[in-house]
Amino acid sequence: MSVANAILQGIFLGAFYAVLACGLSLMFGVMRIINLAHGDVAVLGAYLVLVIVQGTGLSPLLAFVIALPAMIALGYVLQLTVLQRALKAGILTPLLATFGLSIVIQNLLLLKFSPDVHSLGASAGALTTESWNLFGSITISALGLVVLAVAGVVFTALHLFLSRTRPGWRMRATAEDPDAAELIGIDSRHVYARATAIAVAIAGLGGLFLAIRSVFDPVSGPTQLIFAFEAVVIGGMGSLWGTLLGGLALGVAQTLGAQLNPEYAALSGHLLFLAVLILRFGGVRLVRFGARA
Amino acid sequence: MMVRRWTRTSKLFTGGTGVVALLLASVPLVFSPDIVQKTTTLLILVLLAAMWNALAGYGGLLSVGQQAFIGLGAYGTVFFAGFGMPPYIAMVVALVVAGSLSIPISLFALRLRAAQFAIGMWVIAEVASIAVRLDQDLGAGTGISLSQLYQYDPNYRQAYTFWLALAFTAVFLAALFFLLRSPLGASLQAIRDDEDAARSLGVRVTARKRLLFVLAGFGCAAAGVLIVANTLFIEPSSVFSVQWSAYMIFMVLVGGLGTFEGPILGAILLFAIQTTFTQGGPWYLVGLGATAALFALLLPRGLWGTIEERLGLRLLPVGYQVVEKK
Repeated sequence: MSVANAILQGIFLGAFYAVLACGLSLMFGVMRIINLAHGDVAVLGAYLVLVIVQGTGLSPLLAFVIALPAMIALGYVLQLTVLQRALKAGILTPLLATFGLSIVIQNLLLLKFSPDVHSLGASAGALTTESWNLFGSITISALGLVVLAVAGVVFTALHLFLSRTRPGWRMRATAEDPDAAELIGIDSRHVYARATAIAVAIAGLGGLFLAIRSVFDPVSGPTQLIFAFEAVVIGGMGSLWGTLLGGLALGVAQTLGAQLNPEYAALSGHLLFLAVLILRFGGVRLVRFGARA
Repeated sequence: MMVRRWTRTSKLFTGGTGVVALLLASVPLVFSPDIVQKTTTLLILVLLAAMWNALAGYGGLLSVGQQAFIGLGAYGTVFFAGFGMPPYIAMVVALVVAGSLSIPISLFALRLRAAQFAIGMWVIAEVASIAVRLDQDLGAGTGISLSQLYQYDPNYRQAYTFWLALAFTAVFLAALFFLLRSPLGASLQAIRDDEDAARSLGVRVTARKRLLFVLAGFGCAAAGVLIVANTLFIEPSSVFSVQWSAYMIFMVLVGGLGTFEGPILGAILLFAIQTTFTQGGPWYLVGLGATAALFALLLPRGLWGTIEERLGLRLLPVGYQVVEKK
C-alpha cells in the first residue's frame, strides 16, 4: 500500500514537474533552444506572487492572475532582447547567454530578497491543509489534485492552441521550417516572441506551485531547471504530451526512490534521466547485429 | 603566397613562456605564503579556463558539468590519502582515477547534442555530488579536510602545492598546445569552424571530440586536486557547485572562445576581479553573469579573438597564416 501511495504522490509531484517543463518543451519545440534560465524565471514568478501576496493579502492563486501580464511581458522582452540575437549566432550562443542570464536573475533576487527561504504554503489556506485518506494509507491532498488538474488543463489548452487556432498553426509552421514560413508571410520573430511569452507565463505558474507546495529561495532555479529538463528528455524532446508523461515518470521515480531512503529522491530521478539518455542514444553497442550498410 | 606558423612576435613570446614558467617557479622562494596561495588560485583558474576552452572552443561541447571532475579529483585525493597514501602521491592517483572516469562517461555523453550534453553533464555532476553526500566516511554533506597535509610545515606545504599547480598547469597547457599544432590539431580546428564540413572531409569527429573530452576530464580533475591541496577543506556544495562552470564560461567567453591565449587572459581578468572584490557578493556575480551573456551575444570571439583579428597578432602559434611572399 505504501508503494501505491508513493506512486500516487509521485503523480502529484510529477504534475508539478510537467507544468515546470511545459514552457521549456514549447521553446525547444518551436525554436530548438533550451533556456538555461527557465528555472530562475519560475522562481522569479514565485517572488512576484510573494510580493503581491504580501502587499495585498490576496490568496496566491489570485495574486498569480495579477502577476500573469508581467510574466507575459517578461517573455516578450526576453525574446526580443536576448534570445532573438542569440538564435542567429549558432547553437551554443543561446545556452551561453541564458546561462549568464540565470546567474544574473539569481543574484538580483539575492540582492532584493536576501538568501532567506520563503513559502506561500501558509497563505494558500485550505488548499495546502485539506487532504483525504483512502483505505488508511493512501493520502489524496487537495493541492495534489489541483496541480494535477491544472497540468491537464495547461497541456490540453496548449495542444488546442497549437492544433486549432491560426496563431498555433503559424507557430507549428515556423517550428517546422522558419524560412518557408517567412515565405508565406509569417513573421518568425513575432511567433518566437509569442512562444517565449507563453513559456514564461507557464514557468511562472510552475513557480507558483513550487512556492505553495514547498519552499524556495533565490538559488532554487537551477534545481527546477534540471528537473524540468529531465521531464522534457524523459518524455522525448519536441513532444508536448511526452513532456507531461516525462514529468509524471520523473515524479514517480523520485517518490519511489524516497521510499527506499529520503536521500535517494533526486538521485533516482537523475538515474532515470541518464538511463533514458543511454537507452535512446545507444551508449556503447555491445552486440552487433550483422554489418550495417 | 606562403604559409607560415611562426612570426617574430610568436617566437619571442613562446620563448618567453619558458622564462615566465621559471620566474613563476621561484615565486615560493621569494614571496609570502599568502601570495603563494593566491598565485596557486590563479594557476587553477588558468588550468580550468584552458580545459573548458578545449571542450567548447575546439570541440563545440558546451559542458555545465565539468565540476563533476573537479569534485571527483578533490574527493579522490581525500579518499586515497585516507588509505595511508602520502598526500602528494594520493593527489596523482586521484587525478588519474578521476580523469579516467571521463572515458566511460564520454562513451555516451558525446552522443548528446547541445543542451542535452550541457545538462546531461550537469546531472552527472549532481549524481557525483549526491554520491559523496551519502558517504559518511567522506564527511557527507558537511565537508572534510585533507588533514594529512597538516604534517608539513605550512610554508613548505604552500610551496609544494604551488609547484604542483605550476607543473599541472604547464603540462596540460603544453599538451593542448602540441595537440593543436599536431596534424590532429588541424582537424580539431576544422571541427571548431564547421563540424559538418569537417566530417564530410573525412575527419573522425567523435574520436577527436573524445580526445578533447578526456583531456578536459583529466585537466579538471587536476584542478580539483589542486583546490583541495590549496584550501585543505572541501564540501560537496562548493566543490561540485555549478559556480565553477559559471567561472569557466566567464573566463573563456571574455578571453576568447576557441583561441589558445584568450582563456589565459580571461583567467587573469577573473583573478583580478576576485582579488579586487574580495567581499564577493551578489553584485559581483550579477556583473560576471551579465558580462558573460553580453560577450556571448555581442563579442563572441572575446577580447583576445578580437585583438587577434584586428592586429593579426599571434603569440602562441597553434594555427597557420597565409602571407605575401616577399
